Amino acid sequence: MALLEVKDLKTYYYTLSGIVKAVDNVSFSLEKGEVLGIAGESGCGKSTLAWSLLKLVPPPGRIAGGKILVKDNDLTKMSDDEVRSKIRWKTISMIFQGAMNSLHPMYNVGEQLVEALRYHSSGEFDEEAALNKAAELLEDVGLSKDMLRRYPHELSGGQKQRVVIAMSLMADPEIVIADEPTTALDVIVQAQILNLFKKLRKEKDLSMIFITHDLSVIAEVSDKVAIMYAGKIVEYGTSEQVFLNPLHPYTQGLLKSIPKIRSKEKIEWIPGVPPGLANPPPGCRFHPRCPYAMDVCRREEPPMIEVEPGHYVACWLHSKR
Amino acid sequence: MVNGEIILKAKGLKKYFGIRRSISEVLARKPPRYVKAVDGIDFDIRVGEVFCLVGESGCGKTTTGRMIARLLPPTEGSLLYKPTRETLNKIPPGYADKDGYVDLSRKLPKKLDKLLRQEIQIVFQDPFGSLNPRMTVYNILKEPLIVHNIGSTESERREIIYRALTEVKLTPPEQFFERYPHMLSGGQRQRVAIARAMILRPTLVVADEPVSMLDVSIRAEILQLMLDMQKGRNLSYVFITHDLAVANYLCSRIAVMYLGKIVEIGPTDLVINNPMHPYTKALIAAVPEPDPKNRFKIREVPIKGEVPSAANIPPGCRFHPRCPYAMDVCRREEPPMIEVEPGHYVACWLHSKH
Repeated sequence: MALLEVKDLKTYYYTLSGIVKAVDNVSFSLEKGEVLGIAGESGCGKSTLAWSLLKLVPPPGRIAGGKILVKDNDLTKMSDDEVRSKIRWKTISMIFQGAMNSLHPMYNVGEQLVEALRYHSSGEFDEEAALNKAAELLEDVGLSKDMLRRYPHELSGGQKQRVVIAMSLMADPEIVIADEPTTALDVIVQAQILNLFKKLRKEKDLSMIFITHDLSVIAEVSDKVAIMYAGKIVEYGTSEQVFLNPLHPYTQGLLKSIPKIRSKEKIEWIPGVPPGLANPPPGCRFHPRCPYAMDVCRREEPPMIEVEPGHYVACWLHSKR
Repeated sequence: MVNGEIILKAKGLKKYFGIRRSISEVLARKPPRYVKAVDGIDFDIRVGEVFCLVGESGCGKTTTGRMIARLLPPTEGSLLYKPTRETLNKIPPGYADKDGYVDLSRKLPKKLDKLLRQEIQIVFQDPFGSLNPRMTVYNILKEPLIVHNIGSTESERREIIYRALTEVKLTPPEQFFERYPHMLSGGQRQRVAIARAMILRPTLVVADEPVSMLDVSIRAEILQLMLDMQKGRNLSYVFITHDLAVANYLCSRIAVMYLGKIVEIGPTDLVINNPMHPYTKALIAAVPEPDPKNRFKIREVPIKGEVPSAANIPPGCRFHPRCPYAMDVCRREEPPMIEVEPGHYVACWLHSKH
């Protein structure tokens, strides 16, 4: 039984100008100790997917269907209170995009770390126990205990990001979702933070979901990869399968567009822009940008098929009609 | 101008920003303090080359770019620029030296100033902030034409704008004329910004991280567009980036900056494949690669900590507090720039005698 299982999840935004299908029929699973990378361009619904997993979709969005099973509890059927008291922080915690810039400037690091734990631990932790826990976690993320008394403006970007990571671990979650955790960081700091994730994962047997638009960052940490396009997962498999044998033209395009440091290989790109999610093209959503588009792609949506064990792709090139 | 000729020479270029002093510092008559954003750098840029300034945030690469585009006056040093022949003929005597170089760090008469601004243009990092949200694409592109008096009639200007948009592949152009920036995607905005810089037919273009705010898939397209325009018009670029993979793809020469100094400079292949400075080595080691094997190993980044503040620069070699090979001399003396192989220079005591 997987730790987290998402089945046919649909998250729609009900706006005045129509329904925006930001996440449409997305399924995946996450085992204990596994890292899943979710990649896609901006506007493909990857952040909405992350918010859905914590039932934090901002209105007018809401989960319109599907199941999110966390250790046999269906999150979509739980009330908001139940999710808050049982799931958030304790089972699933999240590092939001740009979280390091959302630290409160007038509280020191210790106070902010403790606050999260005290609100969510139903009283097992008094102030001191919580502070001890915070100090311990700061050391785990490579900061010294003195950080507890520092204020956010005294910290560098990398240090703030480490504080935010420590905060996400305060209530011993089993799953950590990280939304673009390295995007605003310099290369060297990015490498240090990625090393930290690798270390934490090993030491704490953490499961993680890593969301980013940068496939090279995903390759650095993920065991499994899901490629999202216009609200749907178009390819899903182990890192080896997706990176070494990409089957969907979109995945192939993304991989070819990355400039590499070791070679001067010509980069290619996918022409055009991703479609608006309020009115996606009929058939396969990728067909207007796809070099291999066929008649059937314009008419019918491709089903998700398993091409080799564990490697799924939704493309007419690989499935029979 | 001939390829290979030097179009811009920077010598001892410095830019200091004063820090506001507190009342107690003023009363105690403490000397003013400075953020030494750029602290004495030398480089040459040749005609038709893509010259890259690479470094982490706060290393002074953007400040250097802004000085070249003359959005900031240098505190010290000289920036010698060679204008095109037509411009050179219009220059009043006394402003160009015998080889035809004009010092951009001097105060120049208005007429000359305008001529030079037309030749050196800049593309900014943030396409969301660099376009006026209340102007249409047409008006954004018309502005430089008005300022520099290009095209006498409206229809002539329209024709120029039409061609500029075609060139950056925003086609059909008429469809974009009346659009506002908020109606464009990030990639399209950056194309408008590129068109705005190119519409004046510059010879030297400063590109300040033009793709860092864009998605990976759009990035490749914009890079290729910039490269095609550079080849098509034989432009010279100063390309500022923090991403060595992008620099490797695009540039003919790389200068690695650290805390206001150039620590290594040379042809791209030599710098990437045979890095000499410990900082360059670390930067290269830190670049993530799309290889799934990487997840099983910790990426060795041989340097620790983060860039110190430019207001408080360490003595000696400014990299020594983070350097794994720091020696005694590094703490005392600043290393000189030495040539390790043809065209490849490094400022590190490991490679020079002392």
